[in-house]
Amino acid sequence: MFSYYLALALRSLKRNLVLTVLMIAAIGVGIGALMTTLTLFRAMDADPIPQKSRQLYAVQIDNWGPSKSLPGLGDSENLQPQISYTDAMALMHAHAAARQTVAYVTGAALTPANPDLRPFQVVMRAAYTDFFAMFAVPFQFGGPWSAADDEGRADVVVLSKDLNDKLFSGANSVGKSINIDGRDYRVLGVLSRWQPMPKFYDLNNNQFGTPEEVFLPFTRAIESQMSTWGNSNCSGSERDAGWEGTLRSECVWLQFWAELPTAADAAHYREFLNNYAAEQRRAGRFTWPPHTRIRDVREWLTYQHVVSQEVRILVLVSFSFLLVCLLNAMGLMLAKIMGRAPDIGVRRALGANRRAIFAQCLIEAGVVGFAGGLLGLALTGLGLFGLRALLSEEAARLTDFGFVNVAIAIVISILSTMLAGLYPTWRAAHVQPAWQLKAQ
Amino acid sequence: MELGPILSAMRRNKVGAVLIAVQMAITLAILCNGLFIIEQRITLSQRPTGTDEANVFVITNQWAGNPPDLAALQQTDLAALRALPGVVDATVSQSFPLSGGGSTDGIGLNPDQKSETALSAVYLVDEHGIDALGVKLIAGRNFNTDEVVELHGFTDRKQAAAAIITRALAEKLFPGQNALGRPIYSLGEKKVIPIVGIVDQLQVPWVGASGWGSKFSEQSMLVPFRFVSTSYHYIVRTKPGQLIGLMQAAQKKLFEVNRGRVLQKTRSLTEARQKAYQDDIGLAIILGVVCAALVAVTAFGIVGLTSYWVAQRRRQIGIRRALGATKNAIVRYFQTENFLIAAAGAAVGIALAVSLNLWMVNAFEMQRLHVGYAVVGAIVVLLLGQVAVLWPAMKAASIPPALATRAV
Repeated sequence: MFSYYLALALRSLKRNLVLTVLMIAAIGVGIGALMTTLTLFRAMDADPIPQKSRQLYAVQIDNWGPSKSLPGLGDSENLQPQISYTDAMALMHAHAAARQTVAYVTGAALTPANPDLRPFQVVMRAAYTDFFAMFAVPFQFGGPWSAADDEGRADVVVLSKDLNDKLFSGANSVGKSINIDGRDYRVLGVLSRWQPMPKFYDLNNNQFGTPEEVFLPFTRAIESQMSTWGNSNCSGSERDAGWEGTLRSECVWLQFWAELPTAADAAHYREFLNNYAAEQRRAGRFTWPPHTRIRDVREWLTYQHVVSQEVRILVLVSFSFLLVCLLNAMGLMLAKIMGRAPDIGVRRALGANRRAIFAQCLIEAGVVGFAGGLLGLALTGLGLFGLRALLSEEAARLTDFGFVNVAIAIVISILSTMLAGLYPTWRAAHVQPAWQLKAQ
Repeated sequence: MELGPILSAMRRNKVGAVLIAVQMAITLAILCNGLFIIEQRITLSQRPTGTDEANVFVITNQWAGNPPDLAALQQTDLAALRALPGVVDATVSQSFPLSGGGSTDGIGLNPDQKSETALSAVYLVDEHGIDALGVKLIAGRNFNTDEVVELHGFTDRKQAAAAIITRALAEKLFPGQNALGRPIYSLGEKKVIPIVGIVDQLQVPWVGASGWGSKFSEQSMLVPFRFVSTSYHYIVRTKPGQLIGLMQAAQKKLFEVNRGRVLQKTRSLTEARQKAYQDDIGLAIILGVVCAALVAVTAFGIVGLTSYWVAQRRRQIGIRRALGATKNAIVRYFQTENFLIAAAGAAVGIALAVSLNLWMVNAFEMQRLHVGYAVVGAIVVLLLGQVAVLWPAMKAASIPPALATRAV
């Protein structure tokens, strides 16, 4: 029956080609616009580490107190997204989570061994060894440094795949050494391709940028006085001159992550943090009640407004646009079906029941939706191509059109067109055969 | 006007009329909000920085191998850059307008203040800063050579000996008064910083429509520091027309002076502007394309549905023509009909546009929609209907009166 209705639908669509083309074009344009913006939205809204996003928590501690905050910096809860060196060290040494790391971004000039090559800039991440296991960072060669390396401020590094390709032509470079800012570092590991989107572990700058090229022990970076390349907020805190002064200050410039596998672990950690803050209060450093918070990856992404306002506006606009296109198609379908009332009258008179007419017209709507969806996919390709040309490199990274998006486009297209076709179809099913036959 | 027959015909075709009206309403709502956002983004992207933008470029310099005496290396570089023929002046800073990265300070009017009177972007420059940026000094003086001291990285804690602030910052700190010579304090510090000069305009480094810097985009200050660090920016101003050539020459010169460095990025402020506002312009273009497509889809919808109505009423039109109605009367009939539908759509559309805008004001910190946009949008939608209906109406008018005499 389905194939017969399908054949009927195709024949009917062919008979009134102009209306059919107009309908398909309307739906195609609507789907094209929606999928273009939805692709951006879905890439921004993606879970960068689905297997662990409910176990990894960003840690916040209020070390400024309620009276001191820069407008626009803190959130409505008066919390900063980063923490101070004093707090970070206390949390690291407490080992209250299954795994934990403090981290920050820095950078330097790398001088290649080959004297003919010019030095170039590398972006680096200082972290503890748990960073790699926590964030499921994949290795191509070697592995992370050890806890002893953290302890011993070892001159060791892990390289990104791209940097290893550039420096060692992709060969296993474990055991070789590289020179950064005049100091030699031994390569312990090389990552395979790793691109969490968004770059959730540090959302301060380049939220959709590539991860750093060099990873080194946090203790080593601090010892070498590598200053942060990310955000640092001091809010008029008193601080002494020099590196030691910054470390002792209440400036917030470090990201802190804890891995807490179960809800009970998370509850314990919350308690631990509040105890820590209470302790600081007793010691006279904080003069306010404990104010701390942990957020898992998904909560963190929402909290940091990873999906930009612009993309939300675009999705809203394109949904309304699709609605207009569907209303349009609905009007045209209505026109088309009413024009075919005599045919329907004849079919009804020859014994087709209402349900049969209904099914046939709905399938016709589905066919239009499918064709519209295909056109929409082509237009989405065109739209994304346009976006890549228009937007910044970082935003253009979000325009990969996956297989899932193709399926979404086709499903939305068919379902929405059939939904729009419901009323015209219902009208068709209620054509009075006698009246139509009489008019003829 | 034959409103009676039109209304009674519409009553028999409610769904079609409602579909068109709703389409027009949504089109209107999106159109005026879309145009409003486009206008805002374009205005945003054209704000001047206050610098001599066409003739300024920036070299980001990073020293390799941790060389000793960065201050001397920097002075040699600056002397070489200033000696290049065609260079007006050069300075060094930790930041520059349109760069998207920089420092902010809370400014207070007395030393014990808990929260700041104004936020200000801070540019660390030497006595060549004003000339190299090409900002206009409107009161007071430039920094004296003895006021300029070295600041070794961000961890160095020195208090500025003087400050040159923007007119906007002066107005925020001392409304309606002369700010020159007045003392200001960096929040949390006890030492007074005298205001020695006021510049007409100098934008903060952050340019976003929202987010950091958007609330104080014109409040900046220059402080007399030579920023000594492994990484910083050389800001170079050239004579008109010589920028492109000098961008190359300056990099070549710096490598001649010392090879142990990375020139990570060299760009003119014009290029920096393009990059800074790329996503804003992109958004404006995307919205423009969507608005155009929306208008086209709505127009084609009207053409399609009206054509169908014309076809449906061929016989009735023939009879009207036979009874003496002119071609114009037939065209006018469809135009009036469309006008009535569009007017209803526009009325709903304006309400929809305003509520959509109010929602966006709440959700996205957007500005309130200007009434003019709603009015213009309504006129556009009414005209769109009239233009779209013209072709089917002409077709209707060409139906011969003789049709009435024929049995179909």
